[in-house]
Amino acid sequence: MARTTTSRVRKRDDRAAYVFLLPWFVGLVVITIGPMAMSLYLSFTDYSMLAPPNWVGLDNVERLLTDERLHNSLRVTFTYVLVGVPLQLAVALAVAVVLNRGMRGLAFYRSVFYLPSLLGGSVAIAVLWKQIFGSTGLVNDVLALVGIAGPGWISDPRTALSSIILLHVWTFGAPMIIFLAGLRQIPEMYYEAATVDGAGPLQRFRRITLPMLSPIIFFNLILQIIGSFQAFTQAFIVSGGSGGPSDSTMFFTLLLYQRGFGELDMGYASAMAWLLLLIITIFTAVNFIASRYWVFHES
Amino acid sequence: MRASSLVRHAVLIVACLIMIYPLLWMVVSSFRPDDLIFRQPGLWLTSLDTVNYREGWSALTRPFSVYLANSAVVALGAIIGNLVSCSMAAYAFARLEFRGRKALFGIMLLTIMLPFHVVVVPQYILFSQFGWVNTFWPLIVPKLLATDSFFVFLMVQFIRGIPRELDEAARIDGAGHPRIFLAIILPLMTPALATTAIFTFIWSWNDFFTALIYLTAPDMFTVPVALRAFVDSTGSTSWGSLFAMSIVTLAPVFLAFLLGQRFLVKGIATTGIK
Repeated sequence: MARTTTSRVRKRDDRAAYVFLLPWFVGLVVITIGPMAMSLYLSFTDYSMLAPPNWVGLDNVERLLTDERLHNSLRVTFTYVLVGVPLQLAVALAVAVVLNRGMRGLAFYRSVFYLPSLLGGSVAIAVLWKQIFGSTGLVNDVLALVGIAGPGWISDPRTALSSIILLHVWTFGAPMIIFLAGLRQIPEMYYEAATVDGAGPLQRFRRITLPMLSPIIFFNLILQIIGSFQAFTQAFIVSGGSGGPSDSTMFFTLLLYQRGFGELDMGYASAMAWLLLLIITIFTAVNFIASRYWVFHES
Repeated sequence: MRASSLVRHAVLIVACLIMIYPLLWMVVSSFRPDDLIFRQPGLWLTSLDTVNYREGWSALTRPFSVYLANSAVVALGAIIGNLVSCSMAAYAFARLEFRGRKALFGIMLLTIMLPFHVVVVPQYILFSQFGWVNTFWPLIVPKLLATDSFFVFLMVQFIRGIPRELDEAARIDGAGHPRIFLAIILPLMTPALATTAIFTFIWSWNDFFTALIYLTAPDMFTVPVALRAFVDSTGSTSWGSLFAMSIVTLAPVFLAFLLGQRFLVKGIATTGIK
């Protein structure tokens, strides 16, 4: 008797679940998995949308291996990720630690620091950045006050990428809020005990805050790396869509856009997209493996 | 102790100023004539000139109000889509027992990590076959199909925090899943819905890449692509009106931030989304 009841309830759940999941499932198949499979197929073709895809085997892979502009775009993107992400997280952590629990004005400071995260991805802020770091922009106006003639930050290939990295660091507010939430989880008594034992602020940070926060640092690291590999808008607007000067801001996604939607070289663009997925997967996997050695789990 | 707290506040205030100085300066500069924007790093204004706003508003083929309206339509569609589709999926994952739940939930989590670029080429081919280029559908339909998995995850987390006794009681009273979902879970999860709505608004409003690909006719431009067209057409000659229109496009995001800050902070803290 009990058994039939359970199976009846179970069946009802199944049917309800199909209904509730229907939009999501259609999206998964039509918007995500279907296109993923198709882009994998297109990776082995030459396709311009004007004629049917033409199977070319590993030609696109060979192109990936020999395409100098692509290699350059990988260098630019890696620099952006490997410099921008740690820098942004370091600032986020530092500010979160300073914004200690219960301090007066916390909500105000938090809002001010967080606001750029919401605006930073917009075209409008990229426009602002283009002015600020232009040769006659705000930064050089300020530098002129102290008698320094600054370079044209975004027109000089040596500094253009740095100004975009700085824009990324400017949006440290989102990881900062995650750090703040994590800091709140650390029991106050750990600090009290350490202080009684004579530990200074630096030691408390190294011996308590860092290990206790390491899962959150790891979490932020994963999210920011995945997000940063996909950065597009800022480089596009600041360089006027060209990735210049001299390809110094040619992010991987920008090259992908140019190849796929500028030149309608969609087979190659698909191969590039899968390379990006592969790179992100490797980074994430390495991160997970490395995390065993530095992420602390309370048992 | 008191001195150290004073130092801390001083450091924080300076840091805040550095952070928002570019924004304040952009607002002030938008009220300056073009020739004064250069060599004027300060924040003082001699006169409040709205010429930049008037010029910027009509600088492109259509008045800026058209682009604002387009963006509003897209954002509204995206918000409704995400609220309906993500909450339904989240209810299933959080409350229903069904075959394959674990596997599907895992797949859902994986799609959070999936870069949009991997699917963009075939999606473009598909949507262009539907005749959807230069329509708002490519920006709205994916939201109706719960492809923003972050929000599904956020809502699952939230629903798991709602006591199951409430569902059980309703079930004993004879309520089916649609009733439980609509009458009990949805009203209790309004904070999660608010977080979703605000984030969806901001992301949709700022979304440049998708709009760049699908919206090429000036009539259909949303504000990010309109602003980009404006930059391209003027180069760096009229910063004043560029700034003015940038501020017009940022204002709704800022407003959403002011109104929904509480939900935003909570949303990021629980799931780590931007």
